[in-house]
Amino acid sequence: MIGLLASVLDGILVGSVYGLAAMGITLIWGVMDVVNLTHGAMIVAGMFGVYLLVGATGVSAYAALPAVLAAGLLAGVALYWIAIHRMIGQPPLMSLLATFSVNLVLIGLGTAVWGTVLFNVPASLPGFRLGRYTFPGTHLMAAALTAVIAGALYLFLYRTRLGKAVRAVAANREAAELVGIPTTRILALACGLGVALACVSGALISTLFPFTVLSGDSYQLKSFVVTVLGGLGNPTGALVAGVALGLFEGLATPFMPVSWTLVIEFVLFVVVLIAFPGGLLSVRLWRRARAR
Amino acid sequence: MIVRRPFFWIIGLAILVFAAAPLGKDVELRESLLLAAVYITLASNLNLMLGYAGYVNFGSIVFFGLGGYFCVYCMGSLGWGLGPSLLVGGVSVSLLSLLFGLGILRLRGVHFALATIGVNEAVMAFVTNFQPWGGSTGIYLSTGLFQPLGGPAQALWTIYYLLVAVMGLSLYLSYFVKSSKFGVGLLAIGQNEDAAAVLGVPAPRYKALAYSASALLPAIAGGLYFFKGAFIQPADAFDLTLSTEAIVITMLGGQGTIFGPALGAYLYEELRGWLLTSPTFSNFQLVVAGVLLLLIVQFAPGGLMGMFYRRWPRLKRFLE
Repeated sequence: MIGLLASVLDGILVGSVYGLAAMGITLIWGVMDVVNLTHGAMIVAGMFGVYLLVGATGVSAYAALPAVLAAGLLAGVALYWIAIHRMIGQPPLMSLLATFSVNLVLIGLGTAVWGTVLFNVPASLPGFRLGRYTFPGTHLMAAALTAVIAGALYLFLYRTRLGKAVRAVAANREAAELVGIPTTRILALACGLGVALACVSGALISTLFPFTVLSGDSYQLKSFVVTVLGGLGNPTGALVAGVALGLFEGLATPFMPVSWTLVIEFVLFVVVLIAFPGGLLSVRLWRRARAR
Repeated sequence: MIVRRPFFWIIGLAILVFAAAPLGKDVELRESLLLAAVYITLASNLNLMLGYAGYVNFGSIVFFGLGGYFCVYCMGSLGWGLGPSLLVGGVSVSLLSLLFGLGILRLRGVHFALATIGVNEAVMAFVTNFQPWGGSTGIYLSTGLFQPLGGPAQALWTIYYLLVAVMGLSLYLSYFVKSSKFGVGLLAIGQNEDAAAVLGVPAPRYKALAYSASALLPAIAGGLYFFKGAFIQPADAFDLTLSTEAIVITMLGGQGTIFGPALGAYLYEELRGWLLTSPTFSNFQLVVAGVLLLLIVQFAPGGLMGMFYRRWPRLKRFLE
């Protein structure tokens, strides 16, 4: 029994990182109606960013996070100008293909340089003992850092002028333009934030599990599952849904081989898409339910 | 009458060229054309969804891979002949995708695209765990299975001619769909799904049918392709590179046209051959494909056919 509890708690710790990654997708979707298919590649970029920084300077993986965050922000702004800017307001097909093509370039470069072998980032922290079970310190640290970053994002979006501008553009781009918000720059900023979240969550994941250049695909799928569960365009929902997905993985691990969880997660994804297009945790649905 | 339009005969001519060019003995040319035929099959079937209905299917390789698995399994474990195995593979994959299409037919736009990305991952994860199909190690066929076709050397020619036939059927399928009421409905969905629905196009049913129709021939091509190699494993069968290439080819040639994907496939196959032999670029095939796709999407969303039509509007009379 306590084994299952430990597994569930650990799943929640890891799931919070999935939630952080999904916040990146959902932020970009909410602000500019674009699904960022470079997400998986950017997660991998974060992983390799930490790997390279730790290898080159010998600092701890956690000290590399601010640099990865800043690089992700710049990469996201560049992504906006290279691929997304001309696609705003076009059919979704075009922006999907545009971000998909950047994904191809990044993954292609990654496989050409590093191949598809496994990489590891050395990170060890004292664990936390609960009876016979020890929670790895890296998992606790990742969850704590996720909480810090999500909190900072919340403060930025709700307490600063710039963050309010981002939310205004998400709510109504024309109206935001009319009251003098430079919407194009805000869109670029939102794209930068979304990619930075992907990179930093990749950096955190690299301290938890080994990874390859192609790991991005499965984490991207997990991010989609989480995003859809939480409701597209709803960052808080994404974080909650990420924890829920981690909880599910923790529950499932003792009962089935790990390789099956991907199949189940995908089935969950389609079922939620069909049955709850607004997301299970959609604020709008809650409000509607309350209004009744 | 569809038979009296020039494009009907242009397709026939293309098939004849493919069948006759290797002259029954040029093996190197045959292998290159075989790959081109696979590309054309994948791209023109993808085009039914991407070009006509405006729905991007990121996981079209699932059809190819599953078709390969059905065919190899029927031949290797059940001992069936090539013909029935191919048919069973094609029809079962098509039915499966119809079921799946009916399941996700309520999804629109981005949601549908996201679902197709997941399909590939999920099917691959499933097959990797599915022991009757050999799990992650896959299935090997004994070379004795080539004997009924007249030995390995002769069998490779038979496979080639069958693949060219599948390619021709794909082009004709695209053509017939485009000239039919069904195709007009799909094009209307691609333009504006709400307006199409209001005008009486049964959008969900048409989308599911198009999805299912685009599965049949790639599944048969997959069966032939993996029978040729006498080996199938999940990493090869569901290789995302191939579905990616199908998207690049369709966009390069011109989405929504019939000649475009064929032209794009031929050009891409030439480019790929050049990249593979070039010492600098041999590792950067995906990068080149990505840059190509990005440039097309940003600057020439109509692809090559779009550019040709703008330059020489008269081409519209005999190309589709």
